[in-house]
Amino acid sequence: MPILEIDHLQKSYGETHILHDINISIEEGDFLVLVGPSGCGKSTLLNCIAGLEPISGGNVSIAGRNVTGVSPKDRDIAMVFQSYALYPTMSVAKNITFGMKVRGVDKATQDKKLAQVASQLQIEPLLHRKPGQLSGGQRQRVAMGRALVRDPKLFLFDEPLSNLDAKLRVSMRTEIKKLHQDLNASIVYVTHDQIEAMTLATKIVVMKGGVIQQIGTPAEIYNRPANMFVADFMGSPAMNLIPAKVRAEGGQTRIQIERPGDAPLVITDPVARNLPADIILGVRPEDIHEATGNAHLPGTAEGAGGDVMIDIVEPAGADTFAVTQLGGKAVTARLRAESAVKARQPFPLAFDLSKVSYFSPSDGERLN
Amino acid sequence: MTSKTMLRAGLYLILILFALFYLMPLFVMLTTSLKSLEEIRTGSLLALPRDITFAPWVEAWSTACAGTQCEGLRPFFWNSVLMAVPAVMISTVVGALNGYVFAQWRFRGANLFFAMILFGCFIPFQVVLLPMAQMLGLMGLAGSIPGLIFVHVIYGLGFTTLFFRNYYVTIPQELVRAAKVDGAGFFRIFWSIFLPISLPIITVSVIWQFTQIWNDFLFGVSFSGAGSQPVTVALNNIVNSTTGVKAYNVDMAAAIIAALPTLLVYVVAGKYFIRGLTAGSVKG
Repeated sequence: MPILEIDHLQKSYGETHILHDINISIEEGDFLVLVGPSGCGKSTLLNCIAGLEPISGGNVSIAGRNVTGVSPKDRDIAMVFQSYALYPTMSVAKNITFGMKVRGVDKATQDKKLAQVASQLQIEPLLHRKPGQLSGGQRQRVAMGRALVRDPKLFLFDEPLSNLDAKLRVSMRTEIKKLHQDLNASIVYVTHDQIEAMTLATKIVVMKGGVIQQIGTPAEIYNRPANMFVADFMGSPAMNLIPAKVRAEGGQTRIQIERPGDAPLVITDPVARNLPADIILGVRPEDIHEATGNAHLPGTAEGAGGDVMIDIVEPAGADTFAVTQLGGKAVTARLRAESAVKARQPFPLAFDLSKVSYFSPSDGERLN
Repeated sequence: MTSKTMLRAGLYLILILFALFYLMPLFVMLTTSLKSLEEIRTGSLLALPRDITFAPWVEAWSTACAGTQCEGLRPFFWNSVLMAVPAVMISTVVGALNGYVFAQWRFRGANLFFAMILFGCFIPFQVVLLPMAQMLGLMGLAGSIPGLIFVHVIYGLGFTTLFFRNYYVTIPQELVRAAKVDGAGFFRIFWSIFLPISLPIITVSVIWQFTQIWNDFLFGVSFSGAGSQPVTVALNNIVNSTTGVKAYNVDMAAAIIAALPTLLVYVVAGKYFIRGLTAGSVKG
């Protein structure tokens, strides 16, 4: 039985459609991340799951119970907000136990659960402080404590890390992941940060303009993006999207890419593919390698044709990024740190065609 | 002396002159109220009293004649207390609830409703006198203290709603959402989360309403009966109903007594008033 099932959900404000036909289903223990740029409807969708926003059509079920018209308090959910939303006049302890108090849980149980959650999140010394006396990271913990103490069927996180500084964000991210593993909790998590999505999720929903672009595991989303939007949005640096021409030749696929100041680059995919003449070749920076004589990857650039003029070299410690022009686009390759690549000099590059994506230039959909 | 300190000195001089000018009437009132009638007739208006006497204060409080009734201000003072305290409390509580709804529980037409309430702040008193008199008559509250309370609550609601709405609008909506998910309802959220942070704006509302209601004359004179006149009306009657020699000292004492409660409220809670008025305009 799915812990959360969203069935043909629609949401509109008057004439403005915010969410179009959303269908999502997750199992118990899943960590679902809703990711997309600002205004894609991901937070609205979360609020619809919580019952904080009424929906215009469709159904939401939590743990097999249809909760479409049910108020938030009766949905058996707990939520962590972007601004933490701690009650400013209550101590940390009161913040955490407020929900239990409202629901009439007896004092002994409240104290027991409070102690348990406080030790889990290591916030015992803070219990008597007011939210105003806490740092951002501490407030974040308290907000999570308030959710954990409820022991709900489903946790909802609305961009919980976006107000933290970069370093704290990474460590809290790890903690949330650990919490998820320890509790085997079912979580729906909203973020605009694709790295958060990749690291935390067991399942990712990529959204744009109120429409789901792709649902899949982080690996599926990363390796086989459903369209050019997903390809571009997930991964950093972004996937290179290179316009190219294709022709079939003796059971192989020849891919021809414009190259400034030289003949077009022609690379060969040894697999016969049913592709239109014009395509967009999607290739991750780490799938572009230095072409060496002994490493024969499928699709290694043929002969001297593999040399491209390097515009910029960006050493980044573990890797070196080399930027060149192909098909009229800036193309980034992730090379080894010790690579001899130099700016304004030709350099041989090879594409790992076993991992590339082909997209249709007209609608951006995946072709392979 | 540098030109900067000269400038400073000049500034202070002007400020002090203005302060003196502003305080002059109060000074004259106080000194006159402590003089005997004899001394008022013979002495200068600005002179300090030669022999301080509290007799005018006693007279103003307990024996001065307002019309035909010669019991001083005392009964009317209590009328004002009985009118102002409930009216302030009711209009503040209802204003807080209104503001809470307008700020955090948006409903269809909320903006129109709020605009109408806001408009209510600017309706001149005179316009509502006749319809209100008729209304009070229909409700059986004409000429009574409850009637006056009703009028002042209605007239004050526009202001108190505005105060609380503007204060609560600065409170993030996520707070309400968090409380909803936690299981709290409309009144629980108001009681546990909004009221505890409302002290500054409650102070503003109380001072504002108390000053308005206590100082009001027009509603008091229009809608009160023989036994329910507020202190402002009685003060007017005392000052106007003396025959023969005008007892300036009694009039002055009566005026000060009538003004004391509002002064007191401001002195006690004034700093919260300023703080409350500026709250919300600054983040955090």
